[in-house]
Amino acid sequence: MIFVITVVILVFLIIFQIAKASEYVAVLKGEDRARKENNKINGFFMIAFLIAGLIGVYWCNTLLIDKTLLVHPSASLQGEKVDSMLLVTLTITGIVFVITQIALFWFAFKYQESEKRKPFYFPHNNTMEIIWTVIPAIALTVLVVIGLRNWFSFTSDAPKDAMVVEVTGKQFGWIFRYPGEDGVFGKKYFRMIDPATNSLGLNWRDSSGINVKDDISAHDDIVQEQTMYAVKNKPLKLIIGSRDVVHDVGLSWFRLKMDAVPGTPTTLWFTPIYTTKEMKEKTGNPNFVYEISCDQMCGNSHYSMKGIIEVVSQAEYDEWMAKQKPAYYGAFPEKDPATIKPVTPVGDSTKAVAVKVNQNEKQLPKKAKI
Amino acid sequence: MSNETILQSTIGVTIPSEIDNHEEHVHHHHESFITKYVFSQDHKMIGKQFLITGMFWAVLGGLMSVLFRLQLGYPDSTFPWLEDIIGKWGKGGHISPEAYYALVTTHGTVLVFFVLTAGLSGTFANLLIPLQVGARDMASPFMNMLSYWFFFTASVIMLSSVFVETGPFSGGWTAYPPLSALGSASPGSKTGMDLWIIAMALFVVSSLLGGLNYIVTILNMRTKGMTMTRLPLTIWALFFTAVLGVLSFPVLLSGFILLIFDRNFGTSFYLSDIYVNGVGALPNEGGSAILFQHLFWFLGHPEVYIILLPAMGMVSEILSTNSRKPIFGYMAMVGSLFAIAILAFLVWAHHMFVTGLNPFLGSIFVLLTLLIAVPSAIKVFNWLTTLWRGNIRFTPAMLFAIGFVSLFISGGLTGIWLGNSALDIHLHDTYFVIAHFHIVMGVASMFGMFAGIYHWFPKMYGKYLNNNLGYIHFWLTMIGAYLIFWPMHYEGLAGMPRRYYDIGAWESFKQFADLNRFISTVAMIVFAVQLLFLFNFFYSIFKGRKLTTKNPWNSTTLEWTTPINPGHGNWVGEIPEVHRWAYDYGKDGHDFIQQTTPIGEDESIH
Repeated sequence: MIFVITVVILVFLIIFQIAKASEYVAVLKGEDRARKENNKINGFFMIAFLIAGLIGVYWCNTLLIDKTLLVHPSASLQGEKVDSMLLVTLTITGIVFVITQIALFWFAFKYQESEKRKPFYFPHNNTMEIIWTVIPAIALTVLVVIGLRNWFSFTSDAPKDAMVVEVTGKQFGWIFRYPGEDGVFGKKYFRMIDPATNSLGLNWRDSSGINVKDDISAHDDIVQEQTMYAVKNKPLKLIIGSRDVVHDVGLSWFRLKMDAVPGTPTTLWFTPIYTTKEMKEKTGNPNFVYEISCDQMCGNSHYSMKGIIEVVSQAEYDEWMAKQKPAYYGAFPEKDPATIKPVTPVGDSTKAVAVKVNQNEKQLPKKAKI
Repeated sequence: MSNETILQSTIGVTIPSEIDNHEEHVHHHHESFITKYVFSQDHKMIGKQFLITGMFWAVLGGLMSVLFRLQLGYPDSTFPWLEDIIGKWGKGGHISPEAYYALVTTHGTVLVFFVLTAGLSGTFANLLIPLQVGARDMASPFMNMLSYWFFFTASVIMLSSVFVETGPFSGGWTAYPPLSALGSASPGSKTGMDLWIIAMALFVVSSLLGGLNYIVTILNMRTKGMTMTRLPLTIWALFFTAVLGVLSFPVLLSGFILLIFDRNFGTSFYLSDIYVNGVGALPNEGGSAILFQHLFWFLGHPEVYIILLPAMGMVSEILSTNSRKPIFGYMAMVGSLFAIAILAFLVWAHHMFVTGLNPFLGSIFVLLTLLIAVPSAIKVFNWLTTLWRGNIRFTPAMLFAIGFVSLFISGGLTGIWLGNSALDIHLHDTYFVIAHFHIVMGVASMFGMFAGIYHWFPKMYGKYLNNNLGYIHFWLTMIGAYLIFWPMHYEGLAGMPRRYYDIGAWESFKQFADLNRFISTVAMIVFAVQLLFLFNFFYSIFKGRKLTTKNPWNSTTLEWTTPINPGHGNWVGEIPEVHRWAYDYGKDGHDFIQQTTPIGEDESIH
C-alpha cells in the first residue's frame, strides 16, 4: 500500500515537473506558437480517440456479448418481445450514436484552428432546426408505439387458465404459496406471522384481539421457501408482496421484474417456454437454474437474496405437487390426516367467491386452478 | 432603466468610494479575514466556497467509490490496511457488507447533492450570474451567505454520520422506506439515517435560499440593455436550474418530514403490514411505501436536470467561445432548456415502472419521458453545428466541453431504452441503469464542471491553470470514463442487479468477475488522475501564471470586462451597458465583439 502511494506520488511529481517545464518553454517560445502546437496535438487526439473508440466499442462487444442474455433466447413469451424491442431500439440509437460521435470528433479535428480559415458566422437556420426536431420526434414515436404495445400486453390481465403463485419477499429470502386443492388463497394477516410455523401469517385460528377469524381455505395452502415450481407453456401469474421492506422479483432469464412492496400487492404474469432442463442444454451450462434476484436494495444481505424457479413439464409438476403437504399441518401436526386415522375432508373447495386476503380489504383475484 | 436606479439606491450608498477614480477597485468597507474569506457576502467568494467544499466532497465521494470498487473487483483478496483505516468495517482486510452499502449510499448522496448540485450549480450560479448579467452582487448577498453556511452545516452533519457506531445510512441514496424508516431492518437506518435526514433537510434549505436569490437576480438585476434574449446561455441554464430547484426541493423536504414522523413519532405514512425478523409485527397499518417514491422522484427527476442544465449552459458558452463562432440556434437552445425544465416535472414516475404502478399511468410517463429526447436532440445537433466550420481552439475547457457532448450523446441514448417501460421492466435496477446515469448525469456533468473550472479559473483567481496538466487530465479522464462505464451496459444486459456486494454466488452473473476487476482498476487510476487536477488547482491559485489581460479567451460576455481581480462590486465605476447578444464571434470579419460594444452603423443583421 505504502509502496503504491509512493509510486503514485513519484509519477505525479514527474508529470507535474514536465508540465511545469513545458509551460516555461511555451512562455519562451511565445504563447501563441505554443498554443498552436498544442492545438494540433489535441486535434490529432480527437480523431485518434474517435477511431480507437469505435474500434473499442466493436471489440468490447465481441468480448462481452457472450456473457449477456443477448446470445440466449428468452425463457418467456413476453421476454421474446422485450428482446425484439431491444434490437429495434439498439439499431435506432446505435445509428444515431455512430453518426453523432463521428460528426463531433470529425468536426473537432477538421475545424481546428487554422490561419487560413475564417469561422463561418452562422447563428441559426430554421429549416435545419425543424428537420432535427421532426426526425427524432418520428423515431421516438415509433419506439413509443412499439413500447406501449408491449407494455399493455405485459400488464394486461393474466389468462384465466394461468397458474397462480403468491411470492413474498422477506429479509433475505423468498416465500412461495400455492392455493392448495381448493384453488383459493386463504386469508392472511401480518400479525399472525410466526417465523417458525407460520411464515406468512395465514389465518389458521381465531384471534379476537386482532379481529382475525380462522379461514378454512388457508388450511390447504402450500408454503415453500427458496424454490418455486412452474409449468412450461402454462401462463404463470405471480401475486407479489413483501413482509418487511421493498424487494423486487428479478427474473432476468424471463426479461421481467416487479417490486415486492409491503402492504400493497403487485402482480406479474408471463409464460415460461423452456424447462430448466432445456435451458441447461441451450446455455451449455450444467449448473443453470432460473434465479430470482432481489433487484431492490433491501438491507445488508441484499446481494444474497436468491430464489429459484424450477420450470418443469405438467406431469413433473403434478408429481411434485402431490408430495406437498399443506403448511397448516406443520403448525398443527395433530390435525394432519397422516398422523390421525379419521380423515377429515379438507375445506370447502367449491368456493369461487372473492375472498379477502387480509384485513386491509385488499381484494385479490382468487380462483386459480392447478 | 429601473434596475439601474434600484442598484444605485441600494448599493450606491454603501460604495461611494467606487465613484472615485481609483485605478484599482477599492473595497467599500474594511474587510477583515472573517468577512472576506469566511462569512463573505461577495458572490465570487461564496462561489469559491461552494467549489472548494464541493471538491472536498468529490474527493471523499470518489474515494468511497474506490473502496467499494475494491470489493467488487477483488472480492477474494484481503487488504490488511483496510482494517487500519476503517476498523471493524474492514475486518480481516475485507470491506464488510455493512460498510459496502454505507459507502455506496454515501457516495451516491454526496455526489448527487453535495458535489453536482451544490458544487456545480452553487459555484457557477454564484460566480457567473452577477458577473454575466451585470450586477454588483446577488439580490440578497446575506441570503446568499446563509445558503452556503446551511450547505456547510449540512456537510458537517453528513460527515459526522460516517463516524457513528451503527454506521452511516446504508439503504441507497434514494432512501426508500421501509428500509430507511426501520432501524431494526438495517443498522444504517439508526442514528446514521437521522443524521442523513437532518443533513439533507439543511441542504434543501440551502438550495432554496440560493435558488430564490438566483431567480430574483436574473429577473431584476440585469444591467442596462441586458434583455432576457441577450443573456448568455449559462444564465438561462442557471435560471431554469434555480426554478426547478425551488419548485421541487420542497416536495423532497415534505417527503423527508413524513419520514422523520414515521421514524420517530409512530406515524404510518409509509409503513404498513410489516414484520421484521427478530422484532415481530410492527403496529403500523395503512401507509404506502410507494408514496415516498413519488415524493422522492418528484424532486429526484428534476434533480438530474438541476445537475445537467448548468453543465449544458456552460458547455454552450465554452463551445461557442472556442469555436470563435456564435452558438447555433440561440432561441432553440433557450426553448429546449425551457422544454426540458417543463418536462422534468412530468416524468418522475419513469423511475417507478416496476413498483406496480397503474399501467395506464405508466404509459403516459413513457410518452413524456421519450419526449425529452427531442429537446435533448436539438441541443446536441446545435452543439455539433456550432463546431462545424468553426476555428476551434482546444483549451482544456474546450476539450471538456467536447467530452461533455460525447458523453451526453452516449448516456442520453440509453435513456431512450430505459424510458420505455417495456424495456425498463427488463433493465430496471441493473448495471445498465448504473452505466446510463453515470455517463449522462455523473461524468457528463462532472465534465461540464471541469470545463467551467478551466474556463473561469482566470476570473476566479487571476491566474491560469497549467494547460499541459489540463490536457493530461482531460484525455485520461475521458478514456477512463468510457472504459469504466461502457462495459457496464453489458453487465446490465445480463440482468446483473446493482447494489450487489458480491456476485460470486450467482450462476447468472458470476461470469463478470474479470470485467469487474478491470473496471475497478481503471476506476482507481482515474481517481488518481483527478488528484492531479486538484494539485493543479491549488498550486495554480498561488503559483499559477498571472493573467496579463482582462479577457484571456477573447470572449464577448460581461465578466471579462471586470478588472482581473474584481473586488466586491465587480466593476470599477458604472456597470457597463449592453448593446448586443452574447455570441457575436466571427461577425463581419471581427474575431469577437463584446456585448458592451454598441451596434455599428454598417453592421450586418442576422
